[in-house]
Amino acid sequence: MIDLLATHFNYLAVVALLAIGLYGVTASPNLVKKIIGLNVFQVGIFLFFVTSGFVDGAAPPLLGHGSAPYASPLPHVLILTAIVVGVSLTAVALALVVRIYDAYGTLDEDAIEEVRTYD
Amino acid sequence: MTDALPLLVVVPIVFALAPIAVDRVRENTGWLAAAAAAVAHLGLSFSVLGTVLGSGRTSYAVGGYAPPFGIELVADGVSAVLVVLVSAVTLATVVYARSVGPRSNTFYSELLVLTAGISGVVVTGDLFNLYVFLEITGLATYALVATGRSPAAALAGLKYLLVGTIGASLYLLGVGYLYISTGTLNMADLAGLLPAVGYDSPVLLTGFALLVVGLGVKTALFPLHTWQPDAYAESPTSVTAYISALVSTAAAYALFRVIYTVFTPTFDAAVPAALDVLVVLASVSVVVGSVLAVLQSDLKRMLAYSSVAQFGLVVAGFAVVNQTAAIGGLVHLVGHAVMKAGLFVAVGALATVAGGRTVDDLAGMADRAPVVSGAFAVLSFALVGVPPAVGFAGKWHIVLGAVEAGRWIVAGVAVVSTLLTLAYFARVLERLYFRDAPVAAGVADRPDAATASDTDAALTADGSGSGGAAGADNNPVDAVPTVPPQARVVVVVAAVAAVVLGVFATDLISVLEPVVEVSFQ
Repeated sequence: MIDLLATHFNYLAVVALLAIGLYGVTASPNLVKKIIGLNVFQVGIFLFFVTSGFVDGAAPPLLGHGSAPYASPLPHVLILTAIVVGVSLTAVALALVVRIYDAYGTLDEDAIEEVRTYD
Repeated sequence: MTDALPLLVVVPIVFALAPIAVDRVRENTGWLAAAAAAVAHLGLSFSVLGTVLGSGRTSYAVGGYAPPFGIELVADGVSAVLVVLVSAVTLATVVYARSVGPRSNTFYSELLVLTAGISGVVVTGDLFNLYVFLEITGLATYALVATGRSPAAALAGLKYLLVGTIGASLYLLGVGYLYISTGTLNMADLAGLLPAVGYDSPVLLTGFALLVVGLGVKTALFPLHTWQPDAYAESPTSVTAYISALVSTAAAYALFRVIYTVFTPTFDAAVPAALDVLVVLASVSVVVGSVLAVLQSDLKRMLAYSSVAQFGLVVAGFAVVNQTAAIGGLVHLVGHAVMKAGLFVAVGALATVAGGRTVDDLAGMADRAPVVSGAFAVLSFALVGVPPAVGFAGKWHIVLGAVEAGRWIVAGVAVVSTLLTLAYFARVLERLYFRDAPVAAGVADRPDAATASDTDAALTADGSGSGGAAGADNNPVDAVPTVPPQARVVVVVAAVAAVVLGVFATDLISVLEPVVEVSFQ
């Protein structure tokens, strides 16, 4: 068990980030904090991909920089794309939050629900 | 011409830039750009369909990197049919939006980005690329849902964004599981490598579960559907019609690819429990979605919950893993898109004339808007599954396949759902045709209610021909809301298409069948 933790601590970090992120999205009534939670959740997945390309003691995948085994560069490239997607999502989400705040004067989900049922 | 494949994605994106680029100078270029892109897209789709019908599966290596290392775009019978569907719905939406709006340039840009995203989902042959296109689709949809002026629309958009992103992220995590066990992302390549890993390996099973749950969120299967009714109800009618027809459809199509192209039916033979769970999930979705639809009084919400049920049926057809049922699922996928888009446009048009969109508001509307009411009735019966419409062809094959495979639960659920679908549409049709309009209220609202009985006359008198909204601004006292002619055309075309697709269902099936057959070999 201790061995597993020592060699696979990256998975531990991934699971922790996923759990924290998901908790943030579901538990916090504050819309901005929900978006932060969403970002943390995505970072967990990014970490999973990026660390999966790492090979212990491997050389960087460049000609003339050591010999096989090489670390896999592909997951990093994939995650670059995923990060761009994540940033765009955050931008759209924050734009929507600005509109919601303008209309309701609060970021608290429960307060907004109260205003809406009151109307 | 295999180059048509990347152009299906590139053309809408390039055209999407035009309205934003000239936004400061000209305000009305959006519609023109969207119309041009939609027509070009339709031409490209037919070219792809022609190629597929002529020579079968075609593919295109993006950037010249040969698959499985590069990204591959693939067109086979299923994707070619869906691409044509995407073009047709885009064109219809652009025509419809001409009269009812939204008219801003940004709306048309978002619509074209969405078209590009959905086309990408349909033609890609790479799991990670599919994620990117799913997110492009998602981003455009979140923005489109929030095009409505009301703050409720923004809230619905944000809710959809939060849930949809979690779904897409779970899908991405599933892709990661498959990638670390095989080292490839190409769907066809994965299908060859997965058996070597062992279908019952915990990593693959977890990956499969994550993919299914992620796509289930995007498809809006119960209990992952919570974003969908708000998103459909709060967005403008043109947006609702478009996303109800295509967005969930794209996700359900992705699910079809994951089950049949990546995991293949041998996975079901090795681990039957995995798809059994999906059958149960989908069946619950059918029943709960239908019951919730019966309970709604808001027509848009009723149709939204109806989508939850219909997509449950489609996914149940896929999850049975039987050739007939899978084809039934695909036919219903295409048919549902046509019918639901038509129904949303019809409800939008009827609601404009009636002045409200609850079931009771529609009382006696058949006299005031006979064409749209008639088309609504045809589309309703088509979705219920009355032959010869396409709803019957889809459901028939799903039930037939389910019985062949011994999955009685799906057959039973399909019958129950048909009855419930009839229940919620009969309610509306009864109001439309067999109730009198609330005359007293109408007179109180408008002194000249007499003209309201003749929409055509009012339309001519209105002079502009661009529908009730413009008239209402000019002269609020005389304004009699009428059905915009574009809406009438779109609804009638959808109704005719639903019946024609049903009549020629065997031809549709002969295009889809080879793809499903291959995965069963």
